[in-house]
Amino acid sequence: MATVELRFSALPEHVRTARLVAAAVARRAGVDEAVLDEVRLAVGEACTRAVGLHQSGGISAPVQVSLIEEEKQFSIEVGDEAPHSVPGDKGSGAGGDADMDSEEDDMGLAVISGLVDDVEVTAGQNGGLIRMTWPTTPSIAVLP
Amino acid sequence: MDLSLSTRTVGDRTVVEVGGEIDVYTAPKLREQLVELVNDGSFHLVVDMEGVDFLDSTGLGVLVGGLKRVRAHEGSLRLVCNQERILKIFRITGLTKVFPIHTSVDEAVAATD
Repeated sequence: MATVELRFSALPEHVRTARLVAAAVARRAGVDEAVLDEVRLAVGEACTRAVGLHQSGGISAPVQVSLIEEEKQFSIEVGDEAPHSVPGDKGSGAGGDADMDSEEDDMGLAVISGLVDDVEVTAGQNGGLIRMTWPTTPSIAVLP
Repeated sequence: MDLSLSTRTVGDRTVVEVGGEIDVYTAPKLREQLVELVNDGSFHLVVDMEGVDFLDSTGLGVLVGGLKRVRAHEGSLRLVCNQERILKIFRITGLTKVFPIHTSVDEAVAATD
């Protein structure tokens, strides 16, 4: 399993918690101190997007965040359970609000792709996943 | 940390001092503040972001919304920010071309172009 997993109700007030946990685990995993701000921002954007998708879709399931420590890299996966329309489908919902939502959605993704070099966005009928990866430098254990 | 907001008038400008974190949870408070100012006739705003620790795309959206509102009244919205990590977000989203960003409140208040 992931090093740390987090599931939270799709509410804006919990996004900050996800940011703090992600940054703490990233730091421990050896992500460069200078990059932690980016990790915090990127995970916040991904969670904000997931919360928005759950709320607008009336989905009661929690948002899932997996923090994965691997050799020489650290990954964060943020998963939502909103059914994403596949290309060719006309988007669900109606009216101007849907446009507005998708604009904000795009802004979040724009920030993520501007910040993170290694990012993968997948989406299907059962939900979407954003996977972001950063390199780590192995920490030199300082023993007392 | 939560969001803190305070406003003061300097000449014909209204300075909004923002502190703390602007994210999906707190951004609505900033939006309300900006909407209220515009509704009350303050069309030349200076948003001082020196005390902001965190800003995400929701916050950017609120600032863009504020700019749209003041422009509808031929007003202005200027930002004060010296923090590299905050400026970076404006840069990667291309918003440095949209907002005049100043290094001090004095400079922003004096600016006319």
